[in-house]
Order: sequence, then structure tokens, then C-alpha cells
Amino acid sequence: MTKALGAFYPRDRSWHPKAYTPEYKTSVLRSPQKPLVSLGSTLSETTGPVFGHSALGELDADLILNCARPGESALGERIIVHGRVLAENARPVPNVLIEVWQANAGGRYRHKKDGYLAPLDPNFGGCGRVLTDEEGYYAFRTIKPGPYPWPNGVNDWRPAHIHFSLFGSGFAQRLISQMYFEGDPHIALCPIVNTIGDPDAIDMLTAKLDMNNTIPMNARAYRFDVVLRGRRSTLFENRMEGN
Amino acid sequence: MVKFEYLKETPSQTAGPYLHIGCTPNFIGNDGIYARDLGSSMVAEGAKGERIVVSGRIFDGAGATIKDAMVEIWQADADGLYNSPEEPRGDADPRFTGWGRQPVDMETGVFQFETIKPGQVPFPDGRMQAPHISLWIVARGINLGLNTRLYFADEDEANAVDPVLQRIEHKHRIQTLIAGKIDGGYALDIYLQGDNETVFFDI
Ligand SMILES: [Fe+3]
Repeated sequence: MTKALGAFYPRDRSWHPKAYTPEYKTSVLRSPQKPLVSLGSTLSETTGPVFGHSALGELDADLILNCARPGESALGERIIVHGRVLAENARPVPNVLIEVWQANAGGRYRHKKDGYLAPLDPNFGGCGRVLTDEEGYYAFRTIKPGPYPWPNGVNDWRPAHIHFSLFGSGFAQRLISQMYFEGDPHIALCPIVNTIGDPDAIDMLTAKLDMNNTIPMNARAYRFDVVLRGRRSTLFENRMEGN
Repeated sequence: MVKFEYLKETPSQTAGPYLHIGCTPNFIGNDGIYARDLGSSMVAEGAKGERIVVSGRIFDGAGATIKDAMVEIWQADADGLYNSPEEPRGDADPRFTGWGRQPVDMETGVFQFETIKPGQVPFPDGRMQAPHISLWIVARGINLGLNTRLYFADEDEANAVDPVLQRIEHKHRIQTLIAGKIDGGYALDIYLQGDNETVFFDI
């Protein structure tokens, strides 16, 4: 008998965006139409890869410097993004690999497929990564990305955002999302943001200005907490009934 | 005392068309920031098991190949053990990571993993699952990463009694998860919509 510990809470799929969201046009042909087959957690889902500090470089958490020429730095509003990664049961998740990517201060990505006329910044690559500590805390330094236009509606602009990719301890926790900035008027107008139905869910993606952690004369801080799926505690259960 | 306090999961958003910048920067020529792309190599010298190449393409509802997706795979080693601290049954082969990440080719849409054939892993009730690889697919236009599995065409016997495949009500859909044997490995095309729509799982 295999231990059936650590199964994940079912994902609340009404809280996440639906697959088919026609205001975001690309989703129309990329959304499965048949119902998902309910599987839940087997060992293939409760286990997952782990990453140690050896996988990371010294400047990975500093996007201002990690692509800059010696003595130079990325252009734009200097910010620190920090927060905590918790599971749905409110426990901190240590050792989470967080990968981030973003446009530069002008809204241009360092990507061969991005043809936006805003210039590239020779000192900005737009990617970074960091591991959460034992208490689930993380921080990285970057510049505030600019908003950018995208071909969806005739005049759609993305709010300023940072893409986040997170690894928990199980493959079923794998998550990619986006962080927005408090007060940005583009949030309410964005068809990608609005694939999410619940305003409270959108609020979870909106980082808050944090003056207490802002470094005077240096960089403003934004606080962004992330919640990954939680595992069941075992309580009275130590085996799954056969089906 | 166990305290019950629940938070909502952070909602997903699409990975967008520029996911390579953060996940596989070297693949698009943004080199010099990370030494190598994470997940680009799964097998170290001397790993146990049969080396295979697993490849495929992803098709949208109009039958076009998707050129901007990224696929991650997670699988057991040749003995059926996961290289993970959450693996309760013993230590997996340290020369095999079990986790791979590959963007699809931006011209052909083909994804390809050099890996090993996984062993069998038990289902929670103790029955054996057929050898399989778990897939997670993200791309522009996909609002929440898609979970599916890849099984092997030359594992007929194990596939026939696999507890996950048995859960699929419409039996003709099982073949959407079975990778065919080709020269040097296995191939599985993934269909996001249509008559052949791949079975995706709520895990
Ligand atoms: Fe973006």
C-alpha cells in the first residue's frame, strides 16, 4: 500500500479564468471544448521537481544589473518587488522557484517576435528568478515595465505587468500568472485581466505600493503575495479507499 | 491543534507569446543572463533505463500548428520513482531529473525531449499505472496551463488496465494520449479542439 499523503485540494476552476474567453481572441481556437477528465492527485501529481541555489546565478534577482554593461544599469523607475508565497492552507511555501519576465520601461520586450516601436534598452534583459526562503519570502529588484499595445481589439493596451512562473513542491501546483500595479487604469480595460471574473481574484494579482519597504532616494517597493494550491492534511485518513 | 484557515489560489493568467524571455532565454538568443535554460537537459551520463526521444506538435482549433507554446514534462525514472522530496518510496536515480522543459520550435511547432522510458508508478489504491509522462502546456491564448498525459503504444497490456485511462468514459478518446512508436522514440500530437481533441485532466 502506497502512502496517499499530501493530495491537493481540488482546483477552483470558477475562480481561475475559463479556457474560452472570446474577448481575448486567441483563446477562441486554443481552448479545449470537451470537459476535463477529473483525476485528482496520484504520485505523478503530488511529486515535483525541486531547485536549489546552485541552479541560480548571483544577479538572477536583480534585473537592473543582470543584463547591464559594467558600470551601467537599466533605465526606468527602480522598484523592489517582494512578498510571500503561501499555500491555500495559509502555510508558507519554502524553496519555491519564481521566474519573472517583463517588458522594459518603454513597454518593449527583448524578444525577436516583439516589433513594438519603443526602443530596446541595451542594459535590460527582462528576466529574473529567485527562490523563496524558509518562511516563504522572496524579493527581486527591477524597473517598472511600461504598458504596451497588442493586436486584439483595435486599440488594446496591456497594463504594466510582470509575468510570474512558480514551482511548488508538486507538479499539480505549477502556475503561471501576471502581476499588475495598484492604481493602473489599464487593469480594468484589459481583455486578458478580464478573463478573470471575480474582482477579488483580480485584486490578488495587483501589487500594492509598500512605502515601509521603499528605500529612500533609491527604489520604491511593491508587495505581491502569491498563493499556491494546498495539500490536505491527513487527519483521520491514511489511505485512500479503492474505487 | 490543527488550524483551518483557507486562502484562494492566485488566479492564472496566460503565459503570453514572450514566455521564452523568462523560461528559456537562451533558446531565443538572450544568452549571457542564465548559464543554460532550466529543464533543457534531463539525462546525465550513466542514467538507468532506455533512452528515448519524445516529440510532438500542438494544433489549434483551425488545424494550425502552434508556434509559441512551451511544454513541461514530469515523469518517473526507469524504476518508477520520482526525483522529488515528496517521493515516499525511496530515492530515484540521481542521474535523471524527471523534469524537462522545451519550447516548441518557432518554425515547425515541434517539441522534443530527450529522456528515458519511465517505469510504472502505483495509483493511490495500489494498482499499477501504465508507464506515462505528465505534460503541462502553456501558450498565448491558454488562460490556465493544460494538464495531460502521454502513454506508450508498445505498452498495450499495461495501458489496458491503467486506472487513469479506465476513467475516460469515451473509450475512443484514450488514443489521444497514446504516443506512437517512431524511429528513435515516440510521437504524440496534441489537439486543443476538434474531433480528436486531446484528453485534458483536472488534477
Ligand atoms: Fe506581457
